[in-house]
Amino acid sequence: MTNDEYSVLVGGQAGDGIKQAGNSIGRLFNRLGYWVFVYEDYPSLIRGGHNFAIVRAKPTEIHAHRDMVDVLIALNQESVERHKWRLKPRSLVVFDQSKVKADGLGPPMSETAKSRGLPSIVRNTVALGSLASVVGVGFESVEDVIRSSITKRVDENIAVAKEGYDMAEDHRGTIRVPPVKGGPRPLLSGNEAIALGAVRAGLKLYVAYPMTPSSSILHYLSANADRLNVVVVHPENEIAVIGMAEGAAYAGARTMVGTSGGGFALMVEHLSLAGQAEIPVPIVLAQRPGPSTGVPTHTAQGDLLFALFAGHGEFPRVLMAPGDAEEAFHLSADALNLAWKFQVPVILMSDKHLSESTYSTELDEDRVKVEPFPVWRGDGQYKRYSQADGSISLLAFPGTDGAIVKLNSYEHDEYGVTTEEPELIRRGHDKRLGKTKLIEAELRKRQTVRVFGDIASRRVIVTWGSTRGAVVEAAAGQSLKVVQPLYLSPLPIWELSSHFENVEKVVCVEANSTAQLSTWLAFHGLGVDENVLKYDGRPFTVDQLEEEIKEVFS
Amino acid sequence: MAAGIGVSDLNTYATNTWCPGCGNFAIERAAKLAFVELVSEGEVKRENLVMLSGIGCHGKIADYIDLNSFYSIHGRVPGPATGIRLANRELVVVGFAGDGDAYGEGLDHLIFAAKRNVNMTMIIHDNRVYGLTTGQFTPTSPKGFEGKSTPRGAPEGPINPIQLMLSVGATFVARAYSGRLDHMKDVFKRAIMHKGFALVDALQPCFTFFDTYSYYNSRVYDLQDEKHDHADWNAASAKSREWDYGGEESGRIPIGIFYQAERPTYEDAVVAGKNLLDSSPPGLQDLLREHM
Repeated sequence: MTNDEYSVLVGGQAGDGIKQAGNSIGRLFNRLGYWVFVYEDYPSLIRGGHNFAIVRAKPTEIHAHRDMVDVLIALNQESVERHKWRLKPRSLVVFDQSKVKADGLGPPMSETAKSRGLPSIVRNTVALGSLASVVGVGFESVEDVIRSSITKRVDENIAVAKEGYDMAEDHRGTIRVPPVKGGPRPLLSGNEAIALGAVRAGLKLYVAYPMTPSSSILHYLSANADRLNVVVVHPENEIAVIGMAEGAAYAGARTMVGTSGGGFALMVEHLSLAGQAEIPVPIVLAQRPGPSTGVPTHTAQGDLLFALFAGHGEFPRVLMAPGDAEEAFHLSADALNLAWKFQVPVILMSDKHLSESTYSTELDEDRVKVEPFPVWRGDGQYKRYSQADGSISLLAFPGTDGAIVKLNSYEHDEYGVTTEEPELIRRGHDKRLGKTKLIEAELRKRQTVRVFGDIASRRVIVTWGSTRGAVVEAAAGQSLKVVQPLYLSPLPIWELSSHFENVEKVVCVEANSTAQLSTWLAFHGLGVDENVLKYDGRPFTVDQLEEEIKEVFS
Repeated sequence: MAAGIGVSDLNTYATNTWCPGCGNFAIERAAKLAFVELVSEGEVKRENLVMLSGIGCHGKIADYIDLNSFYSIHGRVPGPATGIRLANRELVVVGFAGDGDAYGEGLDHLIFAAKRNVNMTMIIHDNRVYGLTTGQFTPTSPKGFEGKSTPRGAPEGPINPIQLMLSVGATFVARAYSGRLDHMKDVFKRAIMHKGFALVDALQPCFTFFDTYSYYNSRVYDLQDEKHDHADWNAASAKSREWDYGGEESGRIPIGIFYQAERPTYEDAVVAGKNLLDSSPPGLQDLLREHM
């Protein structure tokens, strides 16, 4: 049997290495030329609970997972019970015979690991071998995957994988996955892509306090700090995080911070400081369900309006929302470049689904550069907030001979000295807010909106961020146009408005309970007729959305 | 700019709005003298000096001294100061903050800057009252302080910042008094030249809301006059308890250097030879291959 796409679920307890298993299975499909998407689902605990990953592979580009699976790998009984509804008539359950009762293929994974004195986490590797046999690939691919993804006890892992492979002899090729043209492609999580995009735009300092789902940026950059020539700092709390970033930026270092909603809430006082004092500070805001602690390891798009309006006082900001790892790479670079061009805070919105899912990518790193920004060259007296050229003053950094650089959180004159004079207060506001027009002019040169599907259709879906992946696939073949703004502040009205004219119906799809993108569009006079919302902490899947979209356009 | 500069070179055009008789004038004067001497002695380049301030009466010092400055927000000086040091270790960073600012609103940041031994100086304008918000008790006000938020007297006693800083690992801990200008200037200079985290608790009266001139004048004495060994942490700790930031019942008040030690700095360890001011990016090809 062959399909046009394949989904494999691997499930077990926290501590069973489900994430690693998902990664290895993804690498296996990657070697066969497929586009891969890996969804991770886990509760907020260290041991126990139920973790699973769904690995989906297709010969064409995908950015979402499906509910139904072709292979269910069960490392415990709960994985069978919880996920049997996902099985199709010809699906196969691969389970650890030592631990699980089920119909299908049951190699004794625990025994195999134990017989070689290996820890039970190695059951994954046995399962990988069995899966490879089921999908009909040669064992050399398994060996290759293990060598590329495991660093400890590699030869022993290869040996147990071979046992798993051989024990699946009877099922060899029953769900055959033929190699396809293309690949292999780098598999990146959204957070890894954010990290790498920033590095290519000159990131030198990353500052963060751990908070799911942003933490893997911190971990990835720390693990690769020397190769990527960055410094990574983990301070006492998120207030210190953004404070350090602002100090470093003032002194000339390209710096980024990352957090989730609760940490962002703590940063807001400093966000306003960046607005008043004109400090370039890119902030990654990886959303999870709130309010408050909410649901730490799950997903939501519930902080859009918070991020758009966060901060006391009035100041311009850039807000962007990538929908997949490639967009995350490019927009993360844009975040640094725009922050430094316009000396404003830039917020890159992610969510658990984008940050922690794994995507196949085709990155052209040379498309990303450290873009020039206005720097003082020693002419005349330096004034940090000079209005000689309008809203953007030239930057100089402390240590520059002949320049005194006075940054100020208080309303200030051009030199940076505090003022309470009405005329200077008004001019200060006009200077800062005048950046909005300049940012818009810059964004007009960049791609700010993506359009998918039937671009001539008068039936329109508008969506944002990670939800776009499932929407585009679910809308395919239904004569629908999908519109995704990449930038949300300033909202690219110039590109968006035409999609709201002469239309039959506009539906907005997003993962929150109050239709925040719809609200923001309405704020700009762009009307949405109906909303499809999801706020159970889980992302949309292609299957569910296909049904909902059919219904809403019927 | 190796040539000498004078105090007037550090003046700005900003109008000084501190109350007549404010202890901040002495702190500003001592800081300017310290900066001028350090520049003239060739210890520091003027363009490498960076001041920070928080919010409160003290914060205006950023407007009054013509040096690089980061006029930040209430309680938050240590974060930006650390960031500045991470970005460029040539810069000499001097943070000014109030007692409400550093010991209240932002105490966590102060503790962590000391714990990390960031090479920076924190000068705390400790008038033991909120001045700019017109007279409330602060973390170092004596118990029973009658302020606008505590008309029946503050229900809580003061913290002792000298003791606190010693306990969290600060490598330079000193106290100065605005009524002893030359001494204050010398303490500032030694704090700024110290390689590591330096805290100077600068006692100053608030002429309007908590006038402590005569109280301090009759009690302060110089630790160094009594042969205090500032290399001895236990001796420093004992001296830190001699005065507990109390009121009339308190005894003598030691000023000068309580403690000084050498320890590797945070930023030397963290930055480890990287140049954060060079934004040229590395290629990603090798790393991306590992993701296949």
